[in-house]
Amino acid sequence: MRYSKTQSFALVILRISIGWHFLYEGGVKVLNPHWTSKSYLLDSGGFLKGFFEQIAGNQTVLTFSDYANAYGLTLIGLSLVIGVFTRYASIAGMVLLLLYYLSHPAFPGIEYLFPSDGSYFIINKTLVELFSLMVIYAFPTSNIFGLQRLLKSDKSFLE
Amino acid sequence: MANDKKENENGKLSRRDIIAGLAALPIVGLVGYGLLRSKSEAAKRNSSLLSDIKPEIQTGIPALIEGKTLRIGIIGSGGRGGYLMKALGFVNPDRIDEYTEKGKTDKYWLQYLEDFRAQENLNVKITAICDVFDKNADRAIAAGANVHRNGKGGAMDDAPKRFTTYNELIDSPDVDAVIIATPDHWHVPIAIEAARNGKHVYCEKPLSWSVAETYEIRDVVKKSGVVFQLGHQGRQTESYNVARSLIKQDVIGKISLIEVCTNRNDPNGAWVYDIAPEANEQTIDWKQFIGQAPWHDFSLERFFRWRCWWEYSTGLSGDLFTHEFDALNQILDLGIPNSVVASGGIYFFKDGRTVPDVLNMALEYPDRDFTLLYSATLASEKNRGKVIMGHDAYLELSDTLLVNVDPRSTRYKEKLEQGIVEAFKPIFSYVPGQGAVDAITSPTEKYFAGRGLLYTYRDGKAVDTTHLHLREWINCIRAGNGAQPSCNIDQAFQEAMAAHMGTIAYKEGRRTYWDAEKEVIV
Repeated sequence: MRYSKTQSFALVILRISIGWHFLYEGGVKVLNPHWTSKSYLLDSGGFLKGFFEQIAGNQTVLTFSDYANAYGLTLIGLSLVIGVFTRYASIAGMVLLLLYYLSHPAFPGIEYLFPSDGSYFIINKTLVELFSLMVIYAFPTSNIFGLQRLLKSDKSFLE
Repeated sequence: MANDKKENENGKLSRRDIIAGLAALPIVGLVGYGLLRSKSEAAKRNSSLLSDIKPEIQTGIPALIEGKTLRIGIIGSGGRGGYLMKALGFVNPDRIDEYTEKGKTDKYWLQYLEDFRAQENLNVKITAICDVFDKNADRAIAAGANVHRNGKGGAMDDAPKRFTTYNELIDSPDVDAVIIATPDHWHVPIAIEAARNGKHVYCEKPLSWSVAETYEIRDVVKKSGVVFQLGHQGRQTESYNVARSLIKQDVIGKISLIEVCTNRNDPNGAWVYDIAPEANEQTIDWKQFIGQAPWHDFSLERFFRWRCWWEYSTGLSGDLFTHEFDALNQILDLGIPNSVVASGGIYFFKDGRTVPDVLNMALEYPDRDFTLLYSATLASEKNRGKVIMGHDAYLELSDTLLVNVDPRSTRYKEKLEQGIVEAFKPIFSYVPGQGAVDAITSPTEKYFAGRGLLYTYRDGKAVDTTHLHLREWINCIRAGNGAQPSCNIDQAFQEAMAAHMGTIAYKEGRRTYWDAEKEVIV
């Protein structure tokens, strides 16, 4: 597949922005020894509320979830920013975002303790980021701009 | 052919390839810089907030002292008596089946049952029951026999013996200690009888129904040397201990006002309890219920809803204010106030009750330069919390503890100016089981903490405070070294006098004073 310069630019910017967001969110959590997803999980709503509350209630599962979140976000972010294994990272990122969405779905009638920064009906920013990652998955750019370019030789799409 | 091409291309990375391949690395550096900056700011904030504060936090629960099985008699085995038995590890098998059944659809109950079964065995035996209502006595006997915490049909142990009078129960050689969970007007007569006979006493709050008997029980308990615990389980609330240590370290500055409240809005909370269908003159020993109270003809309402009448109850002041008072007495060593004014009335529950359903009391502590304000209604659940107001910050207490900075604080002036702390936002939080006081920095944490959701959850991990309170009493009995538990008779005396001052002020429409030298209310 060949992209025009504008297309490449737009896709790379999107990839790096999402990566930046993941990397920073993950980094903050990794660097803060007191961070825990507990309060977020307890604030869950929707049909999986019970499931997320159970995670919060079980210390072992919660610790695992905290590590998975903090390091998951960091690694996905790093991968998207530097441009390596971005397709795996996109999938992993979508899974995380889906979990975030399912714990706080923007369904009418569900109120959360933590106020939202806007008004949403079903589609919210989490879901938009998730679908943006789908674009990143479908239109890889790490061979154009990213470490992958040095690792992989098949740059035929560049020509 | 394709492979050749690949290797060839690989070997000849152009400058363009290298730039495009590595160009994103500086971005990682940029994000990293942002991270480190936020981390160092958070660390600075944390250290400057916590540097000179060393909260005392209890770690773990003191070990249960080993010894002979303690034989306990329960006097008054209604609602509260049943709960105390549960806290000791004894529940009616019906109840176990009920929890199991409810647990099928609501996991909360499953957890509730699991927690109960996991509750530490205190090495006690319920050997005697005394209740004037047959149904209560029968249920308590079944609970007392349920040593193995089973449902119906499960293995049971020896059933406790029923006594029809408390005197006989106390006289029984099979009883080492008694738990008193009767209506208020019976607390002191039974406690005195028990102490005189060398039986240890756990007595439900409030200590006394009248002022006069308050002196008597104090004397008898002190002379007898029995281990006495008043049933304010709030003594076991960790956050109160932490609050005490924070205040000692002047974290909130000079205190001028303390506000506590009671807010309930349901019939149960207003003491309009259900009347059992089994109850009648044959199944209730009415004469014994009346006791020292003025005679009244048999009344199911008065029997089940005794808290609504002064003859058996101490009203809002004795029943609910005492919880608040004892918490603050624990934190601030309040003692008996210098004076109390009170007002209120029966404004919602026009059901023939004589105790008010709205009560406001102001207790003055001129030596300490602060007022304790109590305000209660049984007809609104707008909870106003427990707040200790200092010049530099205010401390909000529930299961958790929050310290919020005052915008005009002297102590935090610089930190407010530097933006390290924000006015009216929590700067410290303490949650049970955390083992540390946190300086709160991120907006999300502040938000959740301010709403009490940071770590508090009915996951049942927290141990029942009533269980801990009984445990403390049992440990003192087993230690046998003269040590008294936290809510001892002196603390109980202060609680009772403060409550009586409020009740008298309300009933007589005047300000009551405490003459500390003569120890009398004037």
